[in-house]
Parts: sequence; structure tokens; C-alpha cells
Amino acid sequence: MAEMNGEDGVRRRDFINIAAVSAAGIGGAGVVLPLVSQMAPSADVLAESSTEVDVSAIEPGQAIKAIFRKQPLFVKRLTQAEIDEANSVDVSSLREAQTLAERTKEGNEDILVTMGVCTHLGCVPLGAAEGEVKGEYGGYFCPCHGSHYDTAGRIRKGPAPTNLEVPEYEFTSETVITVG
Amino acid sequence: MSFPWARQYEPTNGFMKFLDERLPLPRLVYNAVGAGYPVPRNLSYMWNFGVLAGFFLVAQIVTGVVLAMHYAANAEVAFGTVEHIMRDVNWGWLMRYAHANGASFFFIVVYIHIFRGFFYSSYKAPREMIWLLGVVIFLLMMATAFMGYVLPWGQMSFWGAKVITGLFGAIPLVGEPLQVWLLGGFAPDNAALNRFFSLHFLLPFVIAGVVILHIWALHIPGSSNPTGVEVKKESDTLPFHPYYTAKDGFGLGVILLFFAFMVFFLPNTLGHPDNYIEANPLATPAHIVPEWYFYPFYAILRAFTFDFILSAKLWGVLAMFAAILVWFFLPWLDRSPVRSGHYRPLFRKFFWFGLIPCMVVLFICGGAPAEEPFVMISQIATAYYFLHFLVILPIVSSIEKPEPLPYSITEAVLGEDEDATLGATAAAKA
Repeated sequence: MAEMNGEDGVRRRDFINIAAVSAAGIGGAGVVLPLVSQMAPSADVLAESSTEVDVSAIEPGQAIKAIFRKQPLFVKRLTQAEIDEANSVDVSSLREAQTLAERTKEGNEDILVTMGVCTHLGCVPLGAAEGEVKGEYGGYFCPCHGSHYDTAGRIRKGPAPTNLEVPEYEFTSETVITVG
Repeated sequence: MSFPWARQYEPTNGFMKFLDERLPLPRLVYNAVGAGYPVPRNLSYMWNFGVLAGFFLVAQIVTGVVLAMHYAANAEVAFGTVEHIMRDVNWGWLMRYAHANGASFFFIVVYIHIFRGFFYSSYKAPREMIWLLGVVIFLLMMATAFMGYVLPWGQMSFWGAKVITGLFGAIPLVGEPLQVWLLGGFAPDNAALNRFFSLHFLLPFVIAGVVILHIWALHIPGSSNPTGVEVKKESDTLPFHPYYTAKDGFGLGVILLFFAFMVFFLPNTLGHPDNYIEANPLATPAHIVPEWYFYPFYAILRAFTFDFILSAKLWGVLAMFAAILVWFFLPWLDRSPVRSGHYRPLFRKFFWFGLIPCMVVLFICGGAPAEEPFVMISQIATAYYFLHFLVILPIVSSIEKPEPLPYSITEAVLGEDEDATLGATAAAKA
């Protein structure tokens, strides 16, 4: 038969079949990309992804709550006692070994910027506002499942796996930080 | 169901055998759209459009579900969320243009599907139920499309909602309270927008349900075919897979080329610029028309300009609904025993030179402004439309002399059929 290619037994139809199914498969995969991608953050959400905070009015021992990417952000000015306490801890004994200096910016070691999001399951820890429980280590305490953070926002006790996240930020002037 | 020579599903491995004995879903697919469904071997490309309509229903549901993830049905923000979809959502422009043009393509393929049915009398016994369910699907599509067009809350959305719900206001006595009830207010507002969104989301799934009934009913006698001669034996048929999956797949590829062209190069051509202006209850657009797929019926609505016992407004509304409801009676209006227009010389003339030009004229008038000469032309075309279905079709079908039919589909395809020759020889001997 004319359709048969005698030598290797491959028919024209086999080629057409594979070509057609491949084209349909690639086309189908091309349609999946927009369908998946449309659920990712849209341009207006990404446009809100940086926040400025003025830290000049924060007194030592005080903290303020700001909003970064629709989540609470804690900005705290540490007292000398809190700094000393954070520095006195044996770093190797911590669940996630970090010094206070690693968690702050040089020259502004008293400004601690962390996400107000417990690394266990995402609750907002207490301790930022006046009169809230600060936990056994004097920093933050998450009431959901009892995670205790120290004055440098490091996990010391409870189920949370890591320290409170320090977001990317920089001092854009003496008194203003830009997060994100 | 199906013909005795239909191939039987045989599970090829242990797992499929296990599944087949407990939940025979692969068997159902095999018998419905697989090698186990014998189909007339002579189907032309006109028989692609059912599958294409099914494809566009699915495409509309997929893109629609995506759009609903980003849209808010609130009169305060609806217009803004559509712009948000167009500008901010990843690929949102593609989803919205595919959905808007997908609606047009859904109607294109369904109109071809319906007119295929008209020409080949696909509505005749034993397929009346398939036809009736199809008309139900078409009515549901119209309602769904109309409500979808309201959701962007542009000027055409708003005034379309007002005009179409105004149709119900024409009904004597209960009309006005009915319109207020439908809108949940005295004009389209938040209440109307919310219920339209809710129903626009619901109805496609109702359509999908009726489509399943439509296909179920189809699979009892099997597909009709271009000769209109029923399947007699195995040589009249081919298995659906791979023969018609391939043919439908090719047709799908062709229509997707046109679809992609519209989505990517002419995405707003079938829409109205006025709908990019936010709804304003205090100003009506100068030239208000529905989407193109409603033009013929819109022309019929506007054709009635004079009171005659009932008000002109009510006549228009009745005629518009009757123009579709008359399709329900088609299986009993066309009394000819011959199905295919290919063998019906007189019917064929009235189809090509009567019904089709009439629909084209109504289409043009529906999109034209409501002024002369379009009003008079719509009136003549409307009169012909009803004359065609209610008078011409019954008369033609009883007086025309059909041309000789082939003995079988096999004979129509191959030019001869052994069984027919044998039968003739036997008859000659006797």
C-alpha cells in the first residue's frame, strides 16, 4: 500500500497522529499557564508591597504596629536592659542561632523590626502594645499555642520553629525605615 | 441503546477490570464517545457543531469561574473590578476577552447547529426530544448571556437590564409589579446586579445538566446524517473513536484559529464602546442595542409599532418569545416523512431563499437604529418568519414530491449496496 513505508513500518498516519496530539498537548499546556498564573498576586497587590515607618517617636521600651503586605509589623525600640539581656544569651543554645546584631541594622541596634506573625501558625503575638503579656523571656508571647520570644524576637520556648521573621528593610533616612 | 454491532468495552488490565466491576465510568465513556458508539459513516462537517458547542460551554465555565475569582458584584465597585481584571490580574485581559468572545462563538456554533437541524429536519421522529431539549438549552443560553452582559455595569449593561426587564412590564395587570420584583427595585441597582451574578453563575451548570439529557436522548436513536436515511447495518456506521474524535478535533482546531484571531486581534469588535462607560441611570446611550446574537429577535420585538386589541409593546414581547417557542412545535409542523433537505426540492428552496435571507434581514434590522426603512423591513421579515414556520412548512411538506432516497447510507457513500441489489434482483425474480 502507498500508505505503508515498507522499510521501517512507520506509516504517514503514525506521524500525523503524533504531530497532531503533540500540537494539541502543547496548546493545552499553554492554556494552563494563564489559568494557574491568574491566581498569583495581581499588579495592584504587588504595588502595595513596601511600607515606610517613622521610628523617631518610638520611646525606648515602646513598640508600634505597622502593616506590611497586609500583615502586622512590629517596630520596637529596645531599652539598654533589653539589649543587654539579648546579648547575654548563649547563642548556640538557641533554636535558631542569631545574635541581636544580626537581627538589626548597624548603628541602630536598638531598633528591632520583625513581622508580627508567629512562625508557628501565623497568629499575632502579644507584647507590642502597652500592658500586653510579654512572655517568660520579656519579648513577645503568642497566645494561640504558647510560643515565647525573647527581647530580640527569638524563639525560646513553645512550638514555633524559628525566630520572628525580620523582613528586608533599610534606613532611608535617620528616622525612617522602608520595609520591602 | 446503540446498535447491536457496537463494540463492547473490555478492560485491558487488572485495575480497569477492578474499576469496571465497581464504577464502570470508563465503560460509560467508551459507549458514549469512544469506539463503542457507532455513528453514521457519512457525517459532514455540519455535524461538528454539537461537539464545538460543548467545548465552548466548558470554555465559558472555566474562564467564567476564573473571572468570578476577581470580580465583585456590587454596583459601587463592579465596573472597577472589571478594569482591575483587565489591568492588574495576571492574564486577566485574556480571561475576560476569551469569556466575552467565547459567548459570541458559543452562539455562532449553536446557531449553525440549529440551522443544521432545520435543513436536515433533525427534529423529526424519533429525535423530537433531542430537539425540544436543544430549544430549552438555547433559551437558557439567552438568559445566561443577557445576565452576563449586565455584570460589567457599563452603560449598555445598565440599559440592557432596564430594557429587557421592561419587556416583562408589558404583561397586563401584573407587568409592573413583576418588573419591580425581578429587579428588586424600581431600576437596575445593587439588588439586580447581585441576583444576575448569582444566576449567571448557576445557569451554565443547569445548561450542562440539560446538555447531558440532550446527549442521552441523542444516543437512543443515534445521530441523524446528511441523507436522513436511518442506519440499517454495520457497514452504515463507523466507531465514534477514532473516526469522529479526529474529525471533531480537526473542526475544533479550525474554529479555535478564528477564536484566537478574535481574542487577540479584534477583542472588542463584537462589543459596544458604550459599555466602557460606567452605568449612569440618568443618561441613556444614543443607540442602544443588545449583543449581536440577539439582533434577529430584537428586530422582531421592535417590529410592532401599532396597537391592535393589545398594545404594540405587548405584541412585540409576545412575538419575540413566540419566535423561539415556535421551534418547539417544529417536529409536528413539518409533516414530510423525508428528513434531509437534499431530497426535498421545494423545502430546500424555501430554506435557502426564504428562511435564511429572512434571518439575515432580521439580523441587520436588529442592529440598525429604530427608524425607517428598517422598521418596515423588520415588519415584513417578521411576517415572513412566522409565515415560514406556521404556513409554508406545513403546506410544502404535504404537497412536495421528494427526490428518490438512497437505499442505505452505504449506498449513498459507495454508490452501490449489495443488499439493495440483492433485494432488487429478488424482487425481479418474483
